[in-house]
Formats: sequence, C-alpha cells, structure tokens
Amino acid sequence: MQITVTGKRKELPDGTTVEQLLSLEQVDMPEYVTVTVNNDFIQTADRAAKELHDGDVVEFLYFMGGGC
Amino acid sequence: MNPNTKVRLSGANAKKLIEHALRELPNEACGLLAGTEENGIRDIKEVYLLRNTDASPEHFSLDPMEQLAAIRDMREKGLNPLGNWHSHPETPSRPSEEDIRLAYDPAATYMILSLESETVPNLNAFRIRNGEAEWEILELYD
Repeated sequence: MQITVTGKRKELPDGTTVEQLLSLEQVDMPEYVTVTVNNDFIQTADRAAKELHDGDVVEFLYFMGGGC
Repeated sequence: MNPNTKVRLSGANAKKLIEHALRELPNEACGLLAGTEENGIRDIKEVYLLRNTDASPEHFSLDPMEQLAAIRDMREKGLNPLGNWHSHPETPSRPSEEDIRLAYDPAATYMILSLESETVPNLNAFRIRNGEAEWEILELYD
C-alpha cells in the first residue's frame, strides 16, 4: 500500500500499524509525538492497534513548548 | 556552534514575528517556521503565528489543532516544517532550561525572540539535541 508520511509517499506492507510506522521511520522520542492519520488525532494507547490503509496521510507532531 | 547550519529569514517575516510578539505582551508568543532546506541552509519562507495555549508571560505551548492546520498549509504550499519560534518578554534570546528540557524534536530550528530591550528586539536560532543547545547562523535579508 502507498501512504503519505510527513509529506512523502511511502510504500508499506498491508497491515502496518501506527506504532510500527513510528519505528520504521525512526521517530525520535515517539512518546512526545502526536500522530494524526487523515487529520484525526490517534490516541497513544491506540497506536499498536491502529492499522494504516492505502492512501492514508500521516503527520507526526512534536509537542512544542517551553518557558523563559 | 554547528557551522553547517544556516537559517535565512526575510526582514518581512522577522517583522511579522516581532509585531505579533509585541501584540501578545505580556505573554509569550509562539508559532511555527516553514521553508526549504538545501545544502545545510534553511530558508524560512513562512512564519506561522499560533496561539499560546498557556497564555503566560513565562511559558508557551503550541495548540496541536493549530499546529496540524499549519502543517497542512505547509504541505499545500510545498514547504517543509523547519521548527518553531517563541518570544521571551523579559529574558535573553537563548534557550531556557525549560526550553531545553521540552525540546523533543532534534531536527527543529528553535528561534527565540527576546523583547528584553524595549528598543532592540533580539532574535537568534538554535538547534537543541540531547539536552544541548547549539547556535545556528541566522541571516536576515531584505
């Protein structure tokens, strides 16, 4: 299947989950990343079960914050 | 300093960022940076002004919904997310301990605008990796 990950088209095996994708993409500190699939926010607890489908669009959003 | 990383920002985008930060006083202002990257040079083409959900003079957090909307806009414009920016209303233009602790994206440029001086805003760019902040070379152009 083909999906779009952070703006780039990727070929992935059918049944790839969000959790597997985070690993495949070698995302640093995934615990601080919010994942969206087709603009839906995926709960961290659902990552292992959430399978991706052909045509899906995935974004990784790092928490961004700080203080002076 | 990492001599391989240079960040270019137009005067118009710097003005946009500074004006927004002044409007948001006394709170910190924040947003995202998008553009292109080639041969170690990051060219910021778009500055996004996002809501500080903390609404605080000492802290900031980006709104994830606005973050996603900005990312979608970047994709439509053929730009890449390159980092974020925020203001320090009364402290220098350098990453604070909290900035460093909460810098989870090692690929991001962290741009910090200090409004400590009432007359001369001070803007710098950093990369933060493994708890260490490195200066990036920030070039402003017309």
